[in-house]
Amino acid sequence: MTTLRTPAPPRPVQPRAPGRGYRRKSQPEAFAFLTPWLLGAVALTVGPMVVSLYLSFTDYDLFTTPHWVGFGNFTHMFTDDDRYLRSVEVTLIYVLVSVPVKLAVSLGVALLLNTRRGGGGFYRAAFYAPSLLGASVAAALVWRALFTGGGPVNEVLAGFGWRTPSWVDDPNFSLATIVLLGVWQFGAPMVIFLAGLKQVPAELHEAAAIDGAGALRRFRHITLPMLSPVIFFNLVMEAIHAFQAFTPAFVIGGGRGGPADADLFYTLYLFEVGFQDFRMGYASAMAWVLLVVIAIVTAIVFRTAKLWVFYEDRP
Amino acid sequence: MPRTARSIGWHVLCLCGMAVVLYPVAWLAFASVKPPDEILSRLALLPSRFVFDGYSKGWEGAAGVGFGRFFLNSFLVAGLSVVANVVSCSLAAYAFARLRFRFRGALFAFMITTLMLPYHVTLIPQYVIFQQAGLVNTFVPLILPKLLATEAFFVFLIVQFMRGIPRELDEAATIDGCSVYRTFWHVVLPLSKPALVTTSIFTFIWTWNDFFTQMVYLNDTEKFTVPLGLRLFVDTSSQSDFGAMFAMSALALVPIVLFFLAFQRLLVEGVSTSGLKG
Repeated sequence: MTTLRTPAPPRPVQPRAPGRGYRRKSQPEAFAFLTPWLLGAVALTVGPMVVSLYLSFTDYDLFTTPHWVGFGNFTHMFTDDDRYLRSVEVTLIYVLVSVPVKLAVSLGVALLLNTRRGGGGFYRAAFYAPSLLGASVAAALVWRALFTGGGPVNEVLAGFGWRTPSWVDDPNFSLATIVLLGVWQFGAPMVIFLAGLKQVPAELHEAAAIDGAGALRRFRHITLPMLSPVIFFNLVMEAIHAFQAFTPAFVIGGGRGGPADADLFYTLYLFEVGFQDFRMGYASAMAWVLLVVIAIVTAIVFRTAKLWVFYEDRP
Repeated sequence: MPRTARSIGWHVLCLCGMAVVLYPVAWLAFASVKPPDEILSRLALLPSRFVFDGYSKGWEGAAGVGFGRFFLNSFLVAGLSVVANVVSCSLAAYAFARLRFRFRGALFAFMITTLMLPYHVTLIPQYVIFQQAGLVNTFVPLILPKLLATEAFFVFLIVQFMRGIPRELDEAATIDGCSVYRTFWHVVLPLSKPALVTTSIFTFIWTWNDFFTQMVYLNDTEKFTVPLGLRLFVDTSSQSDFGAMFAMSALALVPIVLFFLAFQRLLVEGVSTSGLKG
């Protein structure tokens, strides 16, 4: 269960009696083991972060020297750039809709599969499969075909007498198909929910059932609180992932943000600005705004966690 | 009897859910062998006749480069990424899980923080570095970061696993005169096999599916990987190319499906114990 919570903080170093340390004292060796990671952390993470912060205050086209513009990129972003604001809107809608729906679906399926009946492992694997395929270009291409004008989805709906537009080409529906593709990959949170459900003591349910609590009340008052740390973990991880969605938007929106920019995800616009228009400074500024937003959202979730996340060992 | 009825109901529900969830995959498999005019217009999964033109046409590739080349490139990038990730992440994980050193707490906390860092924040300076070094349009920018353990998720995964290995084993090895390096190589690493296998599988699948990084760094069609090759079909998408596009899409999923079938238990359990995302 502990592994399912947010990453554990490092263990406090215990005072050690001479010669009886639980960890070997091996300073030089430790740094030998850490060398690749340290090089990566300095050269590919911290260094680039500092540079990217600097670039976000400049105009930089990759070929001439960066030109300092102060907060110009940031003010332009929020006051002058309609496509930027559009990408913020699209991404927020995507996160706010796909994450809760995905969590609900994955919890529902996990509840369904949380049983001792035979075949559970088989279904679990089958429901997990789309999680591995979903991030690929191939899956996005299939999705595009399924939701196109005369495609299979519309054929089925027409069978019910509903006439529907070409989903992927209609600005009002295009984003919905990408949300569905995101929800389709509910396997990972589902598997984590299942592991969490296995930790809910059966005695609690039995006792409550004897006291006359129905299935819904038991779910509301036993399962949900016991599961809240797992819900919390899934919520944080899925939100972080959703903010960074790219491939489906790129493929389904035809690489250009879809009809009337309906699929202009944040990362898609960032890619366009940075690697097609070579406005690297502006793209860096966009990346930093994304970082700050993700940090704020994570912080909010962590803050409110006290109100709704229940830990058995901390009543 | 009601127990049996409930059980049957449960199976029916599960099978229905499964049909919905796996429909797109089945659709792709059958679309790849349909005559081109049936791909979009026919509701039925099964084709009226099986046509394999899509495969032969698709395999010829696009822009003068065969699809075999894209597969070779993808296997090369994914294979090297697996080796690079396993080596670098297990080294770092051993230090974090088993050794004492200054700043251990701070460095570990930093490693954990990078788990949440959006990739885009380091993307542009990394691109500039590789561009200055003349390495854009090679596979180096795709593999070097993995050799330097920038995928903190895997470091964390292996750390968590190594923490579970009894310390008495290292202590015994030390008493027997093993150096730290020998303890790592002969004691801890062999016992960490499950974590290393999980790391390998996920690295392979993620690299195979990766589109963004490969699109940023690779320009020549010669260097293209499978996802980029698939995209070529979209750019030139006329009705007649659909057959080729879906045939190659189906092929692109084959390695993942094979991995999944071979390791599904491990994959699914790896996710539930580590919180890895698929």
